[in-house]
Amino acid sequence: MSGIVLALLNSLDIGLLLFIIAVGLNIVFGVLNVINFAHGALYMFGAYIAYSCIAVLGLSFWLTLVVAPILVAALAVIIDRVMLRFIYDREVTDSLLLTFGLLLILNESVRQIWGTGIHVVEPPAGLEGSITLFSGVTYPTYSLFVMLVGLLVLVGLWYLFNHTRTGRVMRAAALDHDMAQVLCINTRLVVTGAFAFGAWLAAVGGVVAAPMRAIDPGMGDKIIIESFIVVVIGGLGNFPGTLLGAIILGLLHGFGGRYLPGIHLVLPFIGMAVVLLIKPRGLLSKGATS
Amino acid sequence: MKKFLLLVVAVLVVIGLVILPWVAPYFYIFIGIEILILGLFAVSFNLIFGYTGMLSFGHAAFFGIGAYATAMLLKWLAWPLLACLLVAIVMGVLLALIIGYLSVRLDEVYFAMLTLAFGMMVFAVVHQWRSVTNGSDGISGFQVKSLGLGIDVMLANPAVYYHVVLVIVALALAVLYLICRSSFGLILKAIQQNPERVAFCGLNIRHYRLAAFTISGGFSALAGGLMVPFLRIASPELAHWTMSAEPVLMSILGGAGYFLGPLFGAGVFVLLKTVITTYTEAWMLVLGIILSIMVMFFRRGLLGTFLDRWLEKS
Repeated sequence: MSGIVLALLNSLDIGLLLFIIAVGLNIVFGVLNVINFAHGALYMFGAYIAYSCIAVLGLSFWLTLVVAPILVAALAVIIDRVMLRFIYDREVTDSLLLTFGLLLILNESVRQIWGTGIHVVEPPAGLEGSITLFSGVTYPTYSLFVMLVGLLVLVGLWYLFNHTRTGRVMRAAALDHDMAQVLCINTRLVVTGAFAFGAWLAAVGGVVAAPMRAIDPGMGDKIIIESFIVVVIGGLGNFPGTLLGAIILGLLHGFGGRYLPGIHLVLPFIGMAVVLLIKPRGLLSKGATS
Repeated sequence: MKKFLLLVVAVLVVIGLVILPWVAPYFYIFIGIEILILGLFAVSFNLIFGYTGMLSFGHAAFFGIGAYATAMLLKWLAWPLLACLLVAIVMGVLLALIIGYLSVRLDEVYFAMLTLAFGMMVFAVVHQWRSVTNGSDGISGFQVKSLGLGIDVMLANPAVYYHVVLVIVALALAVLYLICRSSFGLILKAIQQNPERVAFCGLNIRHYRLAAFTISGGFSALAGGLMVPFLRIASPELAHWTMSAEPVLMSILGGAGYFLGPLFGAGVFVLLKTVITTYTEAWMLVLGIILSIMVMFFRRGLLGTFLDRWLEKS
């Protein structure tokens, strides 16, 4: 019994963190029509900057949680102005190529700046150790905090896109770029803003993940592949689908890691293949196939 | 006149490639082998990219499976090289059928994501399945005893292996060229330019894309197999996504619009890599910057831009 509860908690933990990353990927796709292959690298940048802030500069975790994502968002604005603006009007293939080039640049930059070793960040005071939830089930406090952040992001995004003008403007620009421009919306600002916001979300995920995952140069690759799987399972541009996909992938990891250790690495891919066969446009798509 | 000049240049290049081992030191033979193999890899990648218009970020999976199939057969069964390469092609075709079947169902965006994801799945399997693939150590310690077909050559000699590679790559390129020139190849080009219109003509785009992907996977596996006697090891890096980035860059560098563009790109790529890695470790950083600049400003590639301009002036 306690095994199942632990597996469930692990699933939620992995799933909600994954949601933060994958939803950023989806927002950028929705507004820019670009799949950002470097999204995982931005997440990794968030984690490494958090390491530098906390372990090297001695800043507090909470200050880092504010500062690091802003730095990464600023980096994203630079990337948008220097690189992406050249290919806004080109075919989708060019944007894939360019963000792939960006992935190579960011990945190697991390190796050059921080080295190839593994870095560790301690959880902040008050969140270290474990707590007993109920009889016989103890769970790391920090992992519960990660779930809380995931839920906050979920609620925050729901509020942003449904109840604020900014969110509605973003949705309008995503729905019909030209029409939004005709309605006096500064779509250039929206596009750059959405890219920076996606990067900010990735970096929030990176900072939050830093104290519980090993920080190494391969972490960005792992998370981008998982985000792709989430997005394929849930459907590109489908926000409830992203949550569902993230939870499903979390469950595959949480329970697969515990009960099927031999093959749990390929379980997400098998899940993705099954979804592609049954509902190619994602589990929550409205029936119509390609 | 221009066609004639092009022909002269082509003949000179071929002669240069054939006599290279007799006139150049060993170092250049190694570079030549690498260019030829990676060139074949890039040209077969370009069948799906430049011709069909689908960007695959997972081609290292086929390169890797070809390399592992060859290395395993050489090590455990000591087969002749040609037989190993044949099996490598079959393995590549089968893997491409499976990955392709799942990946060509939707548009280019999905295709790029799915090929990268499935490519990394192959890498994860190769890396983790120690009992079969020997994990991160890779498979090494084999000898290439014979070529097959009763041909008696010293494969351990790099100059001889260079010529073997040259012949096989030339044959493979000839087959690929015929495929590109056939009506099948023309349909692929039509799909790249306007998939909807091709679909309205009553052709099943999905089948054509899958066929192109499968052929491409088979030839990529052949390239991977050829790499094994040269490197003397099949390691997981051959299946990693950074390996998938190489044919992408070569195609962009040379020009995806011309059949031999990627081969030319492979030449530039290997020479650049040789020069740059003597100065800095950050080769991937340079690679990313070059790729980005080419995509932003020289989308037709070096050879492509040159040929476009030159042929236009007539």
